[in-house]
Amino acid sequence: MEKNFICILCPRGCRIKVDDEGTITGNFCKRGIGYVQTEMTAPTRVVTSTVRTIYKEIPRISVKTDIPIPKGLIMDVMQKINEAVIDKPMAIGDIIIENILDTGSNIVLTKPCLK
Amino acid sequence: MNKEIIVIGGGASGLAAAIAAKEEGRDILLIEKESKLGGILNQCIHNGFGLEVFKEEYTGPEYANKYVQKFHESKIDFLLDTTVLHIDKIENGFEIILSSKVTGMKKVTCQSIIMSTGCYERTRGSISIPGDRPYGVITAGSAQRYLNIDGYMIGKKVFILGSGDIGLIMARRMYLEGAEVLGVAELMPYSNGLTRNIVQCLNDYNIPLYLSHTVTEIHGNDDNRLESIVIQEVNQSYQPIPGTEREFSVDTLLLSIGLVPDITLMDNLDVEHDLKTKSVKVNQAYETSVPGLFICGNSLQVHDLVDNVSMESERAGKCASEFVLAKKIESNESIKIKAGNNLLFVTPHYVDFAWASRETVIQFRSTSKIEKALLTVSQGDKELLSKRKSFIVPAEMETFTLDMNQIEKGSDILVNLEVL
Repeated sequence: MEKNFICILCPRGCRIKVDDEGTITGNFCKRGIGYVQTEMTAPTRVVTSTVRTIYKEIPRISVKTDIPIPKGLIMDVMQKINEAVIDKPMAIGDIIIENILDTGSNIVLTKPCLK
Repeated sequence: MNKEIIVIGGGASGLAAAIAAKEEGRDILLIEKESKLGGILNQCIHNGFGLEVFKEEYTGPEYANKYVQKFHESKIDFLLDTTVLHIDKIENGFEIILSSKVTGMKKVTCQSIIMSTGCYERTRGSISIPGDRPYGVITAGSAQRYLNIDGYMIGKKVFILGSGDIGLIMARRMYLEGAEVLGVAELMPYSNGLTRNIVQCLNDYNIPLYLSHTVTEIHGNDDNRLESIVIQEVNQSYQPIPGTEREFSVDTLLLSIGLVPDITLMDNLDVEHDLKTKSVKVNQAYETSVPGLFICGNSLQVHDLVDNVSMESERAGKCASEFVLAKKIESNESIKIKAGNNLLFVTPHYVDFAWASRETVIQFRSTSKIEKALLTVSQGDKELLSKRKSFIVPAEMETFTLDMNQIEKGSDILVNLEVL
């Protein structure tokens, strides 16, 4: 089945097609090929969300995966993030969940929590 | 209290402007209406900030934190939970009336003001959607705040009107938090958001984008809660086409239908308005037609990247400092910078020769997507700049710099974009 992609590496936004034989067309530059290859084989994303705290004045603190995680695991990572609770003062960059789902990525605070 | 410079607004723009002016040794007071510095960045928890300024990808709060730390290290005076109510021009400066729970109403004076008040969202009222007035119809930015800062889940079945970046970001955000996001409708035949947001916020989660569509009906239930909406395709003059109605059962309609610079504090001041940017006109020092009154960031023009806000505000901060040092910079002669073909607007609007030592950073937006364009800048018969540009889109603001030595007094400067 033919697959369609929009390359996001520059504002041009090439519409790139990949046919059954794996032939890539529609890319203006070489970077488009690399983009599509990654998207087809091992797409990754940085996930950002919030974690609940026990503090009334700051009910939520924003977090992210410190490195991109496999795209297919996004919803599983979200579930883990939603289970976490911050119950002590923490600084920006502090780890709240280590090596989440064995991805090698940590969930870190992107905002200070009373620290 | 008397200060050299008062900065109004402690978001990305105000922080950068204050830090830049402090580096020049100015005595500054920054006034912020919220209980925290950082402004709207605090609720923009997604990443993609800072690629220009820091050459790294940060989330909004991380980007804000970089500036907040530098701001505190600079030991700049600031007031939180404080609202500016009124500004008056007085001899040799300004008188500001501010209000806070702690201090009550208070008067402060300064020689120069930097307005970095940001922008606000257009609401349902600005586009007159017919139908009921139920709960559940809210602007995307407000929803972002409720969800990311206050921790409320806004709804379970969501539709979004407008494909601006906040709408796209919220589509993904609501999806990740478990809501069903039924679609995004965009009046224009193209999206107003950045391509990376279309791909990573909609396509990644199979959220449909209905181009050339708008919401034409809103239905509330007996409890006055949103129950359903109707979208319709529009023709070339943006009128709904009968027979294309499609109903969605939803409990939330998010509106991402544009941002407007917040310049209400300047209502009684003698500023010149720009109908295109919906803000005021400035010279290359970001000074309005009121001497000593500077403006930058989203209150001057709505930016798509915070990096550009920081860089612009830094320049404005330096200029405000220069104004204070010179006591007063008399405008001697100025020429206009005019937006020519295919340009929605150009800022700044004037080159004032009193500020002639400065280079001029010009920013513009195009009226449509142009694959190959020739950007030319001319003054009378003289060509100041000629540059090929590819893939210019209205959603992405363009920037270039003019060397002030090239510019002469006399005729206006024309910025043109020709389709090749």
